[in-house]
Amino acid sequence: MTRRRSPYPYWFVLPAAVVFVTLFLVPTVASLWFSLTRWDLFEAHFIGLDNYRQFFKEPFLVQGLVNTLIYAVLTSGTKSVLGLLLAVLLTSGILWQGFLRSVVFFPVLVSTIGVGITFAALMHPTKGAINVALAYVGIDGPAWLSDPGLALYSVAFIDLWKGVGLATLIYIAGLAAISPDYYEAARIDGATRVQQFWRVTVPLVRPATVTVVTLSLIGGLRSFDIIWATTKGGPGFASDVLASVIYKQYQAGFYGLATAGNVILFALIAIIILPLTWWFNKREVDL
Amino acid sequence: MKLIPSAAFLSAFTLLAGLAQAETVLQVTTDGNAETVAAMEALTAAYTAANPDVTFEIENRPGGAEGDNLVKTRLATGEAGDILQYNSGSLFQALDPAKNLADLSDIQGNVIDSFKSVVTASDGTVRGVPFGAAMGGGIYYNKNIYAELGLSVPKTWDEFMANNAKIKEAGKVAVATTFGDTWTSQLFVLGDYFNVQAEVPSFAADYTANKAKYATTPAAMRGFQYLEDVFKGGYMNEDFGAAKFDDGVRMVATGEAAHYPMLTFALGNIKQNFPENLEDVGFFAQPGPSADKNGLTVWMPAGLYVPAASENIEAAKAFLAFVASVEGCELMIKTNGATGPYLIKDCALPADVPAAVADMMPYFQAGATAPALEFLSPIKGPALEQITVEVGSGIRPTAEAAALYDQDVEKQAKQLGLPNW
Repeated sequence: MTRRRSPYPYWFVLPAAVVFVTLFLVPTVASLWFSLTRWDLFEAHFIGLDNYRQFFKEPFLVQGLVNTLIYAVLTSGTKSVLGLLLAVLLTSGILWQGFLRSVVFFPVLVSTIGVGITFAALMHPTKGAINVALAYVGIDGPAWLSDPGLALYSVAFIDLWKGVGLATLIYIAGLAAISPDYYEAARIDGATRVQQFWRVTVPLVRPATVTVVTLSLIGGLRSFDIIWATTKGGPGFASDVLASVIYKQYQAGFYGLATAGNVILFALIAIIILPLTWWFNKREVDL
Repeated sequence: MKLIPSAAFLSAFTLLAGLAQAETVLQVTTDGNAETVAAMEALTAAYTAANPDVTFEIENRPGGAEGDNLVKTRLATGEAGDILQYNSGSLFQALDPAKNLADLSDIQGNVIDSFKSVVTASDGTVRGVPFGAAMGGGIYYNKNIYAELGLSVPKTWDEFMANNAKIKEAGKVAVATTFGDTWTSQLFVLGDYFNVQAEVPSFAADYTANKAKYATTPAAMRGFQYLEDVFKGGYMNEDFGAAKFDDGVRMVATGEAAHYPMLTFALGNIKQNFPENLEDVGFFAQPGPSADKNGLTVWMPAGLYVPAASENIEAAKAFLAFVASVEGCELMIKTNGATGPYLIKDCALPADVPAAVADMMPYFQAGATAPALEFLSPIKGPALEQITVEVGSGIRPTAEAAALYDQDVEKQAKQLGLPNW
């Protein structure tokens, strides 16, 4: 089969190509170059792979990597599960359905930094609303954001609160696409509500699951703003993730080193997400 | 008839020319600290009153690491305006001053030598003038608590810890700790430098030359140990991980806490927010192992610089010469009060200084001061504040923390491209 010639001239692609090359391709190539230099914004000295060596020697890199994975898997997992449950609830025709849907979606619209600052106040160990409320029922609340063993999970919870609305929205759309015929058939066969959920809803809502998991996993892997607004990676380095480690190199003026970190982050996300999407797509064909 | 329009044209022309000559607008960039802004506004207003042909546009930049990035980016792109207010010492050196800042060697007539040395570029020329007062890094204490418990100002670290034990026994917070603003966690380490150099005079030079390390120099490691001791003693406020700088100032000023390790610039905040408590707060240098070798670690004030890319270098220099004069210095004291000694010759502090400043001045008069390490060496590890939070919160023991900081220092030195690293 011969390829049909496009009816449009090639120069139609020019405006998009100019934007793509100047805003995406050139910076990408430039960052690869700068990651090989010692760069103080005034001068860049070529130093080979030293930045990569230094970045892998970074004492908190391993902990940051582990934290990044914990954070991404935790937020992505809870968002998918809770999102699906909320979507089922909010499509079941309960009272005030429309109002409750907006309540669940509302946090998505709020500025992440604003959410971070608000929760930092709510989670203050002595004056925060959460611990003050717990004190009323006699519980001595922990230091949510300044206890090294707890900080990362507290931030993940804030991320879940803020992000679950979007997952719910995607699932509601996915549920709407399932034909009611399947449920009717299941009911005739005597399936309970729980069986309907596991045997009909979960398999057929799969495209939405793929979207939610992929988006939230990428979001979790490169998560930065909510962490910076609440703990800045602290206490010490306890809630550092890859993106906050990189940002701190920029802050210190190590521009070449930070750029090398970004190249590594890019590679890491690609390594995790590419096989995952491939696997998801393969399974979709099998169905 | 024809003459009138041309006369009008001519007068309009001279008016325009006059205006063009009159208007030199100098672009000034400063940090957003309330005292900085107040001093800059007072100085520029006085200068414009004396020189109506020069006016100013003042822009505030963010502080901290974000401000560092902004200043470097603007200097690199030649957009830094005509006058720049920025740190002296190691941060000044990171601006590549020989290349990016104008030579100000000829307006240093009134400037004290110790300041010149922290704004001197690698080629030996002086590139800045002082803006503000020198600061001490030490410990504020609440005089009411000291009087109530019959305590006296400690001369050694052991006496300090004995005081803390008594304060804790009396049911009060001994050391206000504010790790919510991580930079405040560094004071016990950085403010100990007078004691370090009293014991190891060559530390700064050896440290810069990659010969001395924190982990292998007991005198230098002691600062980390102090943090651990205070944590283990349980002397801190309950919300130490979340409390911020403003909380620390409030605690020591109002008697919620007995001590707050901090730089003396915090006095401005006490004056603004708790003026009725200003006389309740005293100050002492960080005590060390020995009473007779104790003294104050001093931070030099920020400098004013002229970016080399400025189009009004001469006009900017004339203004900076005014700032670095006795008149300019007295104007700053009038605006912000006396928070410490100014680095201008013959610029004396008024007699009625706040108690904490009066406590600080004897160290200067006796010569018992040493500059902080960041003014003696270009290397300061960027992760120090995270590491000191860890030690001070019991996450990491002292020896491990000092070794970790040595690694951080090595990274900084390598990124600066220093020899021997």
